[in-house]
Amino acid sequence: MHRFRLFKDKFFSKLMLVLTLASVSLLVIIGLGLYLRSSPLLHQHSWIQLLTSSKWRPLKGLFGFYPFIMGTIWVTAVSIIIALPLCILTAFYLVEYVPPGLRRILIPFINLLAGIPPVVYGVWGVLFIIPLIQNKIAPHFVEFSTGYSVLAGGIVLAVMIFPLIVSIVIEVLRTIPQELKDASLSLGATKWETIKKVLFRKALPGIIAASVLAISRAFGETIAVLMVCGNNADVPHSIFDPGYPLPALIANNYGEMMSVPLYDSALMFAALLLFVIILLFNLLSRLILARLERKLAA
Amino acid sequence: MMKRKIEELFIKFLMLVATVIVVGSFFLIVGTIVSKGLPHMSLDMITKTPGGGFYIGKEGGVLNAIIGSLYVAGGATLLGLLISIPVAIYLNMYLSGKNVIANAIRLAFDVLFGIPSIVYGAFGFLIMVYFGIRTSLLGGIIAVTLLVIPILVRTLDEVIRTVPHELRDAALSLGATRWEAAKVVLRQIKPGIFTAILLSFGRAIGDVAAVLFTAGFSDNIPTSLHEPAATLPLAIFFQLSSAVEEVQGRAYASALILTVVVLLITVLSEILVKKFSKHKI
Repeated sequence: MHRFRLFKDKFFSKLMLVLTLASVSLLVIIGLGLYLRSSPLLHQHSWIQLLTSSKWRPLKGLFGFYPFIMGTIWVTAVSIIIALPLCILTAFYLVEYVPPGLRRILIPFINLLAGIPPVVYGVWGVLFIIPLIQNKIAPHFVEFSTGYSVLAGGIVLAVMIFPLIVSIVIEVLRTIPQELKDASLSLGATKWETIKKVLFRKALPGIIAASVLAISRAFGETIAVLMVCGNNADVPHSIFDPGYPLPALIANNYGEMMSVPLYDSALMFAALLLFVIILLFNLLSRLILARLERKLAA
Repeated sequence: MMKRKIEELFIKFLMLVATVIVVGSFFLIVGTIVSKGLPHMSLDMITKTPGGGFYIGKEGGVLNAIIGSLYVAGGATLLGLLISIPVAIYLNMYLSGKNVIANAIRLAFDVLFGIPSIVYGAFGFLIMVYFGIRTSLLGGIIAVTLLVIPILVRTLDEVIRTVPHELRDAALSLGATRWEAAKVVLRQIKPGIFTAILLSFGRAIGDVAAVLFTAGFSDNIPTSLHEPAATLPLAIFFQLSSAVEEVQGRAYASALILTVVVLLITVLSEILVKKFSKHKI
């Protein structure tokens, strides 16, 4: 009996260890799998050539990822530029100005925003943002725009990353000791001066971590962006130009990728690029956040 | 003095505007979806499969996609639980709380959580090619399982950590093995497991990019794991690009259905999470 219990304990211990290692090693396996699958392309073209060429002619065997990389960067940049100031202001407002009762009502709505599926954001983008840009915004700046543009993708993505940034910044702000605020306020600083000179400085690592996390989220977002960006394989030159981010490229061409040589390799290479960049960004922001959490615990 | 007051007021105003935009965007999205989707809602939407081809047919609804989504999300959540409950127990019961290895594993899951679903989709596709599985319900479930494992592990880990250490220590000191103590803890976190299920299900049911390569699409309700299956988000995506007005209308109505389902799930899990989480960033 006794030995059976110990055996069970050992058995489950080993089983769980295996499951844990297997699921953690996913990180390596995904990277390796994508690399192996994209290696036929990497044999024929150098990394630099793939990343800097603008010629995308899969039928002729030309795979230049530059337009897609630029598309991703444009859309992500627009979304961060829109979202970051709004989210930081909102987080400070919610933590420092709004009475706790109202805060408890408002924060759940921001969390609900996080629950809305990407495709619904896409539908909203098509129904609301596209006409808005086409009829109201673009005519002030350019002669003609269909609305399907980098700007549309950026706005939709910005709304998608609102909840991520706001919730992390709120958490970070809550870790700042009350004494610090009291000290500043008692010296005669206004609330805003306290925020600007004390809280903001204290929260800066957390804000950076939140931004990096948000960037990596925006980088990998697929379907919502695909629906509103226009998907034109040219490098965008203004926010009213269409863009074609990497995830949209993968999603849009999965159907034909098996019929053109090297095409599947090229798409897997795109996935590999996304994977590596997002992995690094996530690692960075998680390490910053973990340090903050440790500080809080200490 | 005046200048400081004005600056304070100005910033306060900016903050108010920002908060209105951020919180208001939720209502804007839901409002748009409801106002566009509601006119196209009908009982047919949720009780019939599309008639005459989902892309051009004007008849019927999206029952095939609703059922397909339930299968994919349900199957993935179930499979994910089978893997993530043992992982969460291992992290907390077998490796002690401040273990370096445990924290490295947690970091790995945090990073996995951030990997976009399109990458899981592409990887799921590689697995399918490797094992010779065709686009099917099974393929979709595999890809989405990979996607939800990090969500489940993170949530369960968080929940188990809220169980007082004394409980575990008491069980162990009475001579229970770690596995027996784990069963005591598991009983304590039943509501937490339910939260994890909701979070995972909500994410799984709304995701497109992971099923795009793997589940295929079909107008019929799948009857086996090896048949292709439609999912609701994918149905929305495809129908929206149709030139037929009725089909577009179906996309709006489908979006409304999906939004309502996911919001209900989110609200429910919010309520449950409130009871558990402390300072998770």
